[in-house]
Amino acid sequence: MSAIHVTTTINNDATEFLCAPDETLLDVLRDRLGLTGSKEGCGSGDCGACSVMLDGRLVCACLVLGAEAEGRTVATIEGMAVGETLHPLQRKFLEHAALQCGICTPGFLIAAKALLERHPDPTEEEARYWLAGNLCRCTGYDKIIRAVLDAAAEMREAG
Amino acid sequence: MQYISPTTVDEAVHALSSATGACRILAGGTDLLVQMRAGMKRPDTLLDIKRIDALHQITAEDGGWRIGAAVSGAEMGEHAALVSDWPGVVEAVNLIGSTQIQGRATMAGNLCNASPAADSVPALVAANAVARVVGPHGQRDVAVLDIPSGPGKTTLEPGEFVASTYLPARGARSADAYLRFIPRTEMDIAVVGAAVSLTLDADGICTAARVALGAVAPKVLLVEAAARALIGSRLDAPALDALAEACSAAAKPIADKRGTVEFRTQVAGVLARRATLIAQTRAGGPA
Ligand SMILES: Cc1cc2nc3c(=O)[nH]c(=O)nc-3n(C[C@H](O)[C@H](O)[C@H](O)COP(=O)(O)OP(=O)(O)OC[C@H]3O[C@@H](n4cnc5c(N)ncnc54)[C@H](O)[C@@H]3O)c2cc1C
Ligand code: FES
Ligand code: FES
Repeated sequence: MSAIHVTTTINNDATEFLCAPDETLLDVLRDRLGLTGSKEGCGSGDCGACSVMLDGRLVCACLVLGAEAEGRTVATIEGMAVGETLHPLQRKFLEHAALQCGICTPGFLIAAKALLERHPDPTEEEARYWLAGNLCRCTGYDKIIRAVLDAAAEMREAG
Repeated sequence: MQYISPTTVDEAVHALSSATGACRILAGGTDLLVQMRAGMKRPDTLLDIKRIDALHQITAEDGGWRIGAAVSGAEMGEHAALVSDWPGVVEAVNLIGSTQIQGRATMAGNLCNASPAADSVPALVAANAVARVVGPHGQRDVAVLDIPSGPGKTTLEPGEFVASTYLPARGARSADAYLRFIPRTEMDIAVVGAAVSLTLDADGICTAARVALGAVAPKVLLVEAAARALIGSRLDAPALDALAEACSAAAKPIADKRGTVEFRTQVAGVLARRATLIAQTRAGGPA
């Protein structure tokens, strides 16, 4: 199997890597680039723990090939905080205790950020449907939804 | 294994027909990459069609819409004019998976994966949609009904793939709807799916209808007796009873952990009835 050379942009940094043709973007991020924030819960598109943005679209990195990232832009959880300053969603997840083991958290944060970019003022129902592809086995969804709606309110006020 | 990503349809056709070993089209990958990981599919070549610009277009054509094979479900849902003409087809596509899956999954991939439970396929059949198939011998147009031949199987010849799907022009007072039954509220596989597309005249009488069922046979069913039950009626109780009966009679489901034969048979009629009423309202309702 010949390795594929890929040139891409990850969290605004120009990045190059070699990968096998059938290697997923999730494996590339975690095993080749050391970006282990994106998690593997299922590897089959069901849990959303591997959520990343690909050219501005929310996707499961476990269902994208590394080779597909050529010339595209990828955003992962590692790019969410600015230096030491947490994104409002990250802060609200802490305040609302919206995580326990934390495996699902990066995926929820990426997915919730994508939601708020499109719908700054989602209803609870909209938020629950948008996040239906993110599974959490510990926390229960209530605290997560409260954290997302609270962050949305704060971000709207901050304008 | 190798991965190729041609940028034109011609290049893709050439690559597909000259590939040695098994070559598979990669659209959104939401079926294929899962099947590869499970060891169910082991292609020698993956041909990614997402770098072909022409296949990313939703184009108005002869009053209808041509949807490229690389268009994602999310993109269809964001296309207001398409949603307004074919709300049932788009709602069926948008039921596939989660937000993440919608960012990748294509309608053509849903069709070519040929699952009997594929959500968009009954809606496409009710819409009388036509797939444009390209291959080494040129292109041909094939009714969506004739693409799947059984679970996981299609009538596509070696070297062929679907380049786009055409939804015909919509007249006045016409609309469609799709409903599925799943045990959860989202992220599940249809136990039964029912799609209805219809046209009403100024008096609210149904002048044309197509009814299709999913997940109750090895492939999608077009239920002509159900459509006949609607045509000429005001979609009143006797017509809806006859429609439901025709759908239950046509259903030939299997029993599995998701539903019994009896349950699927009855629900096929129930969903077809409800989908008819939704389509009726969308088409402007009774006169
Ligand atoms: C978590 C999850 C939830 C899901 N939920 C649903 C659901 O609710 N309802 C549902 O119906 N499905 C569901 N699916 C299945 C899948 O998402 C859909 O079938 C989807 O539409 C497949 O499209 P794709 O573009 O990802 O296809 P791919 O995976 O890229 O391809 C599927 C198959 O079709 C072939 N193919 C793709 N495009 C073409 C083409 N243009 N011409 C010829 N062959 C082609 C491929 O070679 C492959 O064999 C789900 C999947 C996941 C992972
Ligand atoms: S690891 Fe990708 S969806 Fe679960
Ligand atoms: S906190 Fe453990 S899975 Fe969500």
